[in-house]
Amino acid sequence: MLELRNVSKVVGGKTHLDNISLELQHATLNVLLGPTLSGKTSLMRIMAGLDVPTSGSIWFDGKNVTGVPVQKRSVAMVYQQFINYPAFTVYENIASPMRVAGADKATIDREVRKAAELLKLTPYLDRTPLSLSGGQQQRTALARAIVKNAKLVLLDEPLANLDYKLREELRQELPKIFAEAGTIFVYATTEPHEALLLGGNTATLSEGRITQFGPTIDVFRKPDDLITAQTFADPPLNTIALAKIGKAFQLEGGVAMPVPSNLGDITDGTYTVGFQPHHVGTSRRNADEIALRAIVTATEITGSESFVHLSFADARWTMLTHGIHIYTPDEVIDIFIDPHNLMIFDANGNSVTRRQKLAA
Amino acid sequence: MARIDLNHIRHAYGPNPKSDKDYALREVHHSWEDGGAYALLGPSGCGKTTLLNIISGLIHPSHGQLLFNGQDVTNLSTQERNIAQVFQFPVIYDTMTVYDNLAFPLRNRGVPEAEIDRKVRETLDMIDLASWTNKKARGLTADQKQKISLGRGLVRSDVNAILFDEPLTVIDPHMKWVLRSQLKQLHQRFGYTMVYVTHDQTEALTFAQKVVVMYDGEIVQIGTPEELFERPKHTFVGYFIGSPGMNVMPVQLAGDTAQVGSHTINLPAPATPAGAKKLELGIRPEYVRLGRQGMPVTIAKVEDIGRHKIVRTKLENQDIAVIVAEGEDIPAEPHIAFDPKGINIYADSWRVGGN
Amino acid sequence: MEKTWNNKAWFMVLPVLLLVAFSAVIPLMTVVNYSVQDTFGNNQFFWAGTEWFTEILQSERFHSALIRNLIFSFIILAIEIPLGIIIALNMPRKGLGVPVCLVLMALPLLIPWNVVGTIWQVFGRVDIGLLGHTLESLGINYNYVQNPLHAWFTVILMDVWHWTSLVVLLCYAGLVSIPDAFYQAAKIDGASRWAVFRYIQLPKMNRVLLIAVLLRFMDSFMIYTEPFVVTGGGPGNSTTFLSIDLVKIAIGQFDLGPAAAMSIVYFLIILLLSWVFYTVMTNYDAER
Repeated sequence: MLELRNVSKVVGGKTHLDNISLELQHATLNVLLGPTLSGKTSLMRIMAGLDVPTSGSIWFDGKNVTGVPVQKRSVAMVYQQFINYPAFTVYENIASPMRVAGADKATIDREVRKAAELLKLTPYLDRTPLSLSGGQQQRTALARAIVKNAKLVLLDEPLANLDYKLREELRQELPKIFAEAGTIFVYATTEPHEALLLGGNTATLSEGRITQFGPTIDVFRKPDDLITAQTFADPPLNTIALAKIGKAFQLEGGVAMPVPSNLGDITDGTYTVGFQPHHVGTSRRNADEIALRAIVTATEITGSESFVHLSFADARWTMLTHGIHIYTPDEVIDIFIDPHNLMIFDANGNSVTRRQKLAA
Repeated sequence: MARIDLNHIRHAYGPNPKSDKDYALREVHHSWEDGGAYALLGPSGCGKTTLLNIISGLIHPSHGQLLFNGQDVTNLSTQERNIAQVFQFPVIYDTMTVYDNLAFPLRNRGVPEAEIDRKVRETLDMIDLASWTNKKARGLTADQKQKISLGRGLVRSDVNAILFDEPLTVIDPHMKWVLRSQLKQLHQRFGYTMVYVTHDQTEALTFAQKVVVMYDGEIVQIGTPEELFERPKHTFVGYFIGSPGMNVMPVQLAGDTAQVGSHTINLPAPATPAGAKKLELGIRPEYVRLGRQGMPVTIAKVEDIGRHKIVRTKLENQDIAVIVAEGEDIPAEPHIAFDPKGINIYADSWRVGGN
Repeated sequence: MEKTWNNKAWFMVLPVLLLVAFSAVIPLMTVVNYSVQDTFGNNQFFWAGTEWFTEILQSERFHSALIRNLIFSFIILAIEIPLGIIIALNMPRKGLGVPVCLVLMALPLLIPWNVVGTIWQVFGRVDIGLLGHTLESLGINYNYVQNPLHAWFTVILMDVWHWTSLVVLLCYAGLVSIPDAFYQAAKIDGASRWAVFRYIQLPKMNRVLLIAVLLRFMDSFMIYTEPFVVTGGGPGNSTTFLSIDLVKIAIGQFDLGPAAAMSIVYFLIILLLSWVFYTVMTNYDAER
């Protein structure tokens, strides 16, 4: 188990990591999700032992490893750039960590061929990395990380420089590889979609803080706070600030939407209401649904789905619907939202919906 | 803005190309409408960037002609073609202010300063950067820098086409949405001819009116997002567009039925391809229904990605992906059925029948 | 806070620390030692306090050498930096020309300094030197041994020949790091050759230019070997730069105290001016 206790990192007066506590179990895949500069790479460097935290400690299987340098830890890393030894063949590249560790020839050969098979590199073992495609180069780097048999494998946006379709394929294979290896995998990404496809656990990062950590789908469906919900939404989360007065959420100038029945007892005040773009529909699916009138600003069609960009009062929203719906800009349309899909956040950004569910 | 005609264009990087293999770009012969939004979509090495560079004038094609509004521009330089281009990594003049960046192409062309001021302010409003007018360009975020690159094209009134070379690569996912919809709105409002190169199907489909799918130096299909989704002309298009891509499986045909393994599937229309070596049936995961009736399958894996689930099933030895809506259950004894609307028949990888 | 220190790192840097101690710190301390004392040999020392410093700072001879040196450095920078940039801009970016140009550029840098001096001493001679002979036959009464102007001309020309390559190589490194997209964008924007230089190449080069200016300033301000070989500081004192003067005082006159004080003042001036260059250029950079 890798454990971070109150880890902070301050560089030149700037806080890169702010009081991070995290426990990662063996044989798990853990996604660090957050935008650029949210602290993903800083956190990974500290996990690897490349950096020493300004304060706090790191424990591995009950031992304090805070100041232990990377060479003395059992760590493998894969980066966004394809990093291989250009003069070595793919075989030698994959074999290199085991050669350093002094494994015997037979073991090396067996492990290299196993990893190559797993990552579909068998036909390329005699080639040099630079003669391969980007996807194959990154597979080589991944294979090297796997044969190292490290207790901790860190992947820093490993698919970011690959084509969309290649990403899709590798993403599907990675969880299988992870499941077989039994080590702690940490995977950094900026894309919510990628986190969902990988599954496992997700920690959402924002400005150097971990806002939530838990099973990926739970964090996505039941975010603790507004920042987590916003970080973990693609397309962006639809939000609007509303005043709760009695039984209704109101906007200046009129009623916006009724307070869902399960949340009737929250105190009056200002709340931020959020909902996912795929929870907005153009037709009423059940009697409880809230109907709103919004103005279309643009429509994007993917062939099977439509992304309709809307403006509602001051808010900019996105609606993701199945099928092809073409609207002209400035058209006024009725949209429907199931109140059960609303996420309500209080003035501090904490989820009221979640608190209710926890209490129940 | 201009109509773009690509007249039998071929390009090889090496000298003396002999076979098709030597060409990075094989025969491209198409006409792109004035004011259209086109996306060139394909994996790396498919020739999409070569084609873009031929349009911008950075590469001179080995064969063929390029016409803007009927006028031959094949031998004109980049400057003389009056195009604008946004690159993968933001190109800004970082010693200049945002205002000066936008004024730069106009000043280079000797436009009077009053006219420059009017155009620049108009453009700053269009790209939503009016409040940054006098800021130094180097301090901006990647998405703002990309908007400046775009603005330097929009500011010119003589632009024939705006070209985009994977412009959202370095932008965070959330900002991608914002930038994309702004681009869409600009296109809808002002009707620029736009050509957009990408390997990302979502970007291509959402941006373009017509998507040009390229593979191995050739255009495989040009169509609206809907056409590419519903009726992919080639199995590559089926695979490349859609996430996950189309399920493609070998079949035997008999009149209006198809035989998949030991199962018989009714076709919407009889398909009779003559002399094909390889026959396949393609159906998108969106058109496969998971329920209690149909062909029995085993479930290999379920990926819950929030708004829907991707269920990886096995029909005998055939992998079939199914998309199941959020909140729908997966039955204990799963069966799948193909929606006839989504069935396509391929002979030697090219579409010969279906709905 | 819990922190484990790895003290092994100190063993790794120990050799460097020792090297620096022997090569820099100990000689420097010796100089400081000499600068505040008077000695007549036989290891007899008398405390002199700041006497030598006052003497040096007030000496006419020091002032004129300093001014001479400043003018020299200024001329060197004014010629070598623009010339280096121009050559770098015109060097090929790809193909066979690249290694050829790089080797040609590196050649003058590989020649030992006193050999450079000797080459130019011969080169400038009217009887057998190509330069001197050519000038002579053009009707110019060229004589770097007797005419101060000609001596300066020769020394500057020699330095330009010797060191412009360094500026070229640094600028070239800066130029090749500019992605192609910038040039393409500039073409599309209709930028002139000058605008490309002013708004793309120069801003991208300014880091290496800072290094080039600093190196060339420090080197030219400390120049010794080449003018010593060519002109020996003459005619008169016209090419006696600070370092030549220093050697004259220390070795020629054996005034170790004043020489030590002068070295320290000299060192401080270089440090000060380098710092000024650095701050001015980095501030300018930050402002933009």
